[in-house]
Amino acid sequence: MEFTTPVLNYTLLSPILILLGAALITVLVEAFVSKALRPITQLSITLGGLVLALVQVWRIRNEQSMTAAMGSVIIDGPAVLMQASILIISIISVFLIADTEHFTALAASLPGSDEERQAVQSGNQVTEVYPLTLFAVSGMLLFPISSDLITLFVALEMLSLPLYLMAGLSRRRRLASQESALKYFLLGAFSSAFFLFGAAFLYGYSASVTFAGIRDAVVGSGGNDVFLLIGISFLSVGLLFKVGAVPFHAWSPDVYQGSPTPVTAFMAAATKVAAFGAMLRIYYTSFANAQWSWTPMLTVIAIVTMVFGSLVAIAQRDVKRMLAYSSIAHAGFLLTGVIALNKAGLEASIFYLFAYGIATVGGFAIVTLVRDAAGEVTDLNRWKGLGKRSPWVATAFAGFLLSFAGIPLTSGFIGKFSIFSAAYESGAKSVVIAGVLSSAIAAFFYIRVIVLMFFTDPVEDGTSVEIPSALTSLSVIFAMVVTIALGVFPAPVLNLISDLATFIR
Amino acid sequence: MLNSLTLLMALPIIGSIVVALLPKTKETLAKQVALITTLIVAGATIAMAVNFQRDNVDLQFVEKYSWIPTFGINFAVGIDGLALVLILMSTVLAPIVVLAGWNEAHGGRWSVKVFYILILVLETMMIGVFAATDVFLFYVIFEAMLIPVYFLIGGYGTGQRSAAAVKFLIYSLFGGLLMLASIIGLYVMSGAQGGHTFDLQALSQLEMSSTTQNFLFLGFFIAFAIKAPLWPLHTWLPDAADSATPGTSVLLLGVLDKVGTFGMIRYCLTLFPDASKTFTPMILVLSVISIVYGAFLAIGQRDLKRLIAFTSISHFGFITMGIFAMTSQGQSGATLYMFNHGFSTAALFLVGGWMISRRGSSTIADFGGLQRVTPVMAWSFFLAGMSSLALPGMSSFVSEFLVLVGTFTRYPVHAVIATFGIVLAALYILIPVQKALHGPTTAGNENLSDLNLREKIAIAPVIAIIIALGFYPSPLLKVINPASAHVIAQMGFTDPAPTNGDK
Repeated sequence: MEFTTPVLNYTLLSPILILLGAALITVLVEAFVSKALRPITQLSITLGGLVLALVQVWRIRNEQSMTAAMGSVIIDGPAVLMQASILIISIISVFLIADTEHFTALAASLPGSDEERQAVQSGNQVTEVYPLTLFAVSGMLLFPISSDLITLFVALEMLSLPLYLMAGLSRRRRLASQESALKYFLLGAFSSAFFLFGAAFLYGYSASVTFAGIRDAVVGSGGNDVFLLIGISFLSVGLLFKVGAVPFHAWSPDVYQGSPTPVTAFMAAATKVAAFGAMLRIYYTSFANAQWSWTPMLTVIAIVTMVFGSLVAIAQRDVKRMLAYSSIAHAGFLLTGVIALNKAGLEASIFYLFAYGIATVGGFAIVTLVRDAAGEVTDLNRWKGLGKRSPWVATAFAGFLLSFAGIPLTSGFIGKFSIFSAAYESGAKSVVIAGVLSSAIAAFFYIRVIVLMFFTDPVEDGTSVEIPSALTSLSVIFAMVVTIALGVFPAPVLNLISDLATFIR
Repeated sequence: MLNSLTLLMALPIIGSIVVALLPKTKETLAKQVALITTLIVAGATIAMAVNFQRDNVDLQFVEKYSWIPTFGINFAVGIDGLALVLILMSTVLAPIVVLAGWNEAHGGRWSVKVFYILILVLETMMIGVFAATDVFLFYVIFEAMLIPVYFLIGGYGTGQRSAAAVKFLIYSLFGGLLMLASIIGLYVMSGAQGGHTFDLQALSQLEMSSTTQNFLFLGFFIAFAIKAPLWPLHTWLPDAADSATPGTSVLLLGVLDKVGTFGMIRYCLTLFPDASKTFTPMILVLSVISIVYGAFLAIGQRDLKRLIAFTSISHFGFITMGIFAMTSQGQSGATLYMFNHGFSTAALFLVGGWMISRRGSSTIADFGGLQRVTPVMAWSFFLAGMSSLALPGMSSFVSEFLVLVGTFTRYPVHAVIATFGIVLAALYILIPVQKALHGPTTAGNENLSDLNLREKIAIAPVIAIIIALGFYPSPLLKVINPASAHVIAQMGFTDPAPTNGDK
């Protein structure tokens, strides 16, 4: 029997390998380093790993390869851009995660048990959130570069499982947090099953699990085969679940609300990049020639998602739930980039994902700052008059909201403009019109929050704004600078994206 | 240094940075810096106007810098007669507003400093929005200028200020987003026809099917019709004007709303000549409705600020009618009307604002016999009112007359109905003049103080301009006429021959 030596191109895989290595080290640190040194050690290793991985991604930015890891991953321009976005977003999210105030002292203890009380009293703070983050990030890095369905599934689980756990780590309102973790897990497992089901059908259709193989089969058969259609639909269910598109969005408001806010920030921003990265790759390469089979479906889902997200967000009274519905609406806008199916659409999606991700982390960073004696205050009514109490925090939050709303001179506007023009170019005018109208609806609830903060008098109920830690301020300032810079002078980033953004297949 | 539009736009920003760097307690200094900045800008604009070649219909003072090359977006500015007149109006009004509303910023939600920063940033955008020759740049400024106005109304206004600010913002954003869809359409089509661009000149050469043109036209027009409030999209205006400070109202109605009518000429007519012709009958009907409706509602108002807002709706009806009459007199009249309306509304709002702040009420019935107590203030209001009702000898008369003549040659029925607007104007101005200024002094008004020196200095140039242009409008018309004739010629229209009365 012949044996082929597996070829792994370590340089190209190094960002993921570095993170996995760092993750394993942090597991050991958790076990062996003393209580006092643990948080700082964990934080340094995590940040170090992420930064190193980012440097490594930058160094391979001009590489192209279809053979790394025995042909199960593809490295190309979009892959590099997605990975870089995920890493940058993760770094500023870790700045927020570093504030242990948000995390339970002992996740393994029952809420309200003696064990928990003991852990809190003795000042014992477990820091398992760091290894979990690192594992999740490595899964996210793998997701958009996978080039076969098996790797894609492995990556999907690799990023999801740590996130399910992280959702349950909240220090306050632990039951709600655990409930959200369970909800996320059950629905996530359910959608994974759909994903696998779809993958099986695609294999049945094309006799191949690689994207290239599926693509060849689609090109050969004209793309109208019931196996292919079932495969595409069920695979889409799995992916649409991850991005939180209607009707697969039900988990996201609860999970956003229940999770510790730094985790919500990380999850909302980085998962979206990874999931859309994978989605863009598979639709732009494997399914491109069957576009008449799936664009109508995605068009309907995109329109429903943005209209639903924008409308329901109006009714929200909790800032985290509002941001969750806003993120649903943004998933709809991002789907227009998938529907566009042209180079402009790919570039626009990458820009949009980065801009949105950064602004999202910034927005949630502000949410972590507004607190009372019992922890974060997420009830919007208690945000009244924030502009009077702490003008800078309120101004920053308003800036992020304006970017979400797509007001010119913020990154959100350039993103919206580029993604809608790509969709229009490909002829998807209905999506553009729906997008523009739901942007108008969405603007309403963003502005309402600005009104609450600036034009309403504060109520004295103990709500106060925490003085941000150095790391939190750093991530807010970075997010703000990026949001404005990409709105006023996006040319360098757009040029970089347009140089790199071509899928190889 | 002179004759650069970019520099002109940069000046107020520099001023706002200086104001921002001042300590919070130095309120007077902040006001002085704002006043000096706006005066310098006004002076620079006048200098530019002097250097402007009147007979040249091409864009002048053109500047172009690459901004976002990926999308073919440039920072491109340049002005023709139309834009020059509007920039001149804006920059002359700015120092007047600062001086007239010297104490307006007190009692706001935020410090005096913030008020002047917002005003100065807004001035930059007012210049930019008229000077932009890149459609994307225009859109960016068009939308971005909502933000300072929003905070000016919501932060420094009175009454239901935050509700009014939100209503204003939502209405404008909605229109703006429709325009964005149209702009994306233009951009995509330019890509299909020889390369992505936002250059206004290049876009006006695009070939479009009539259906596309109609849809894209509507995107732009609805946005502008909300701005310039045309019935039935006007409902945000009375609330906004009611809540804003008088100075903000002047900028809002006098300058920002002109962006709507300016846009109709610059974008709707230039980019979509065929669609403009298709929609002309409908737009003219809406204009006539605006004229009459605005006038009737103005007559019914008990509140001084709302009254002025409704008179403006009527006046914007005249402007829109002049634009879509498609004659060169109509065009010139409409452009001159924009300029004049800026000053007559400014006079009404400023003097009205002084009356209201002295009396502590904006209900017309609370005033009475002011002429005896405060003669200068009363006479100023009287003159402003006469300008608003287009009394011959006042600047508005010239423009209203031109609009009506221009419309009559092509659409006599509309012109005749619109003429009733003038009759109604006499009512909506003379009634409050009679109630507030004449007759016996009503209780509570005996001790009102007359205009002080600062207020006199602020209002004097406004009234001087109104009267001077009423008698001698030709310096402005010489700038406006070539530009208007150019627009009409581009649309492929010639003025109808005047009907001979002998036949």
